[in-house]
Amino acid sequence: MIRVDEKGFYGKFGGAYIPEMLHPNIEELRENYESIVASQEFQLEFQTLLRDFVGRPTPLYFANRLSEQYGAKIYLKREDLCHTGAHKVNNTVGQILLAKRLGKKRIIAETGAGQHGVATATVCALMGMDCTVYMGELDIQRQRPNVERMRILGAKVVPATSGSKTLKDATNEAMRAWINNPVDTHYIIGSVVGPHPYPEMVARFQSVISEEIKWQLMQKEGRENPDAVIACVGGGSNAAGAFYHYYNTPEVRLIAAEAAGLGINSGKSAATTALGTPGILHGSKTILMQTEDGQVVEPHSISAGLDYPGIGPVHAHLFDIGRAEFVAVEDEDAMKAGILLSRTEGIIPAIETAHAIHALNMIEYGKDDVIVINLSGRGDKDLETYIKWGGY
Amino acid sequence: MNRIHYLFNTKQDRVLSIYFTAGFPKLEDTIPVMEAIQAGGSDIIEIGIPYSDPIADGPTIQDSNMIALENGMSMKMLFDQLKGFRAKIHMPVVLMGYLNPIMQFGMEEFCKKCKEVGVDGLIVPDLPMQQYLDEYKSLFDSYGLVNTFLISPQTSEKRIREIDQNTDGFIYMVSSHSITGAKAEISADQVAYFERVKAMNLKNPRLIGFGISDAQTFSTASKYSNGAIIGSAFIKKIKDAQDLSKDIQSYLRAVKA
Repeated sequence: MIRVDEKGFYGKFGGAYIPEMLHPNIEELRENYESIVASQEFQLEFQTLLRDFVGRPTPLYFANRLSEQYGAKIYLKREDLCHTGAHKVNNTVGQILLAKRLGKKRIIAETGAGQHGVATATVCALMGMDCTVYMGELDIQRQRPNVERMRILGAKVVPATSGSKTLKDATNEAMRAWINNPVDTHYIIGSVVGPHPYPEMVARFQSVISEEIKWQLMQKEGRENPDAVIACVGGGSNAAGAFYHYYNTPEVRLIAAEAAGLGINSGKSAATTALGTPGILHGSKTILMQTEDGQVVEPHSISAGLDYPGIGPVHAHLFDIGRAEFVAVEDEDAMKAGILLSRTEGIIPAIETAHAIHALNMIEYGKDDVIVINLSGRGDKDLETYIKWGGY
Repeated sequence: MNRIHYLFNTKQDRVLSIYFTAGFPKLEDTIPVMEAIQAGGSDIIEIGIPYSDPIADGPTIQDSNMIALENGMSMKMLFDQLKGFRAKIHMPVVLMGYLNPIMQFGMEEFCKKCKEVGVDGLIVPDLPMQQYLDEYKSLFDSYGLVNTFLISPQTSEKRIREIDQNTDGFIYMVSSHSITGAKAEISADQVAYFERVKAMNLKNPRLIGFGISDAQTFSTASKYSNGAIIGSAFIKKIKDAQDLSKDIQSYLRAVKA
């Protein structure tokens, strides 16, 4: 069984390794979130917003030309069609409803590619809540459209200037901001990372993805279970959502595409399971890229959303027990896969998602196999990176 | 007897603890800074183990961590530097560090080295109390290391009592809702919190930290506790020091005046 235990662990990974200053916030969340989320009133509001605001269910699209090219039945779960352009909004809708019920007035968030920041700014606008988003200085430069979207939505975007100036550092800054504002502020973490109960909570809000895949696949193929589900993994929220209802279905292969950057051994990579070891980052025990001395190694990926030195504890556990297969996709291959999808299916994917598309080249499968790729986000935000890369 | 216990048995008021980052401002400054802290009349030395992601710390300590790491400081080097320091330093020494570097070094090996070189206590801000009780307490005890927990204005009375029950060194009272170095005068809200905790008659002594920087804040904090901890303000002093030893000593004398 892959369920978080009462102490917040998935096997060896998880927990809540937090400074005492955050203890009351985490306890408040832990003690209340399950009952709030389980309540009928919450579910009604959540499901209504998912349907009418987010635009769910998202289609499960049979990718005809891609299927021909790869010789398998490939379906794309179109999370890119969610309002704001990525799966991230499933979670922010859930967390903003939770924050409201906890009586919070202010929201803070971290973001890498900016999709989580945009999704957070969006739900804050929807609920009339004050919003501050921390974003690495480098990511601010490479994801400008999303920075402006956040500002248009009324959020304050604060640059994180330490370390690699990317997602890890934005997360540090958001945690510091939370320590400084513990009473009226809720921190909407965007991935399945952070102290318990965040990984479990975010995965649960994203589990709508695999829930829909099941009945949609039944309609299209007469079966609930594909042969494989592929998703990209930075922290891993879209993968957690796409895998969620298949954790305990061993006949469904779970394939996670990590960012190898310029190559696993290039020193410019974010391939956590290939390069990482068990350690503690951002409040949980997981697998992370670090030196022998326990200093966190700066990651690199062409994709701002995958530029993170760890993975969520649930993914660390899936890796540890061999339930999921991890592949490491280099920048160049991901970019080419992004162009391939654009030209075969008319869908420009987020560069994060392009990593998952390339994973098709790295795994073996039969010609009748049904493969679902979670199309986690659309590529509008990455146009500058596509243009700069230029290989199209 | 552990030096921390001895200290609080003999001194109850205006206990001054000074935090600095190992290997900062220069790699070889660890021992000279300790000697100057002792000469300046502080009561406890708190050595920070540099870490790439110190989430409870503000920009000053964070920068000092990065500089120390760039200087080449590591856990192994720190213990090498600390070898033999007891020939010169007689006061209690506490190591403060985040859990990940300690875990990578190996918790038992870490405790063993602490005992070997003569460290008296530990502060690991991201080590949860339950984890400590379940996994590490017996280890800390067997190497004679006193573990210090933090409390903040948000910590409930029940939890403060649990913390008091589970340590026998001192309690680190974080003065406000803040990361280290948040600079402010001591407010009425803070005083109310200090008084509330004082009235709980805890068995452990309490030191107030975060935002303590000079004679005035040290004296105010000492009114409501057994003393205070200075970190960021001290780091700023040593960063700008012309003569490390002289500047540290004159700063500490001014704080205690």
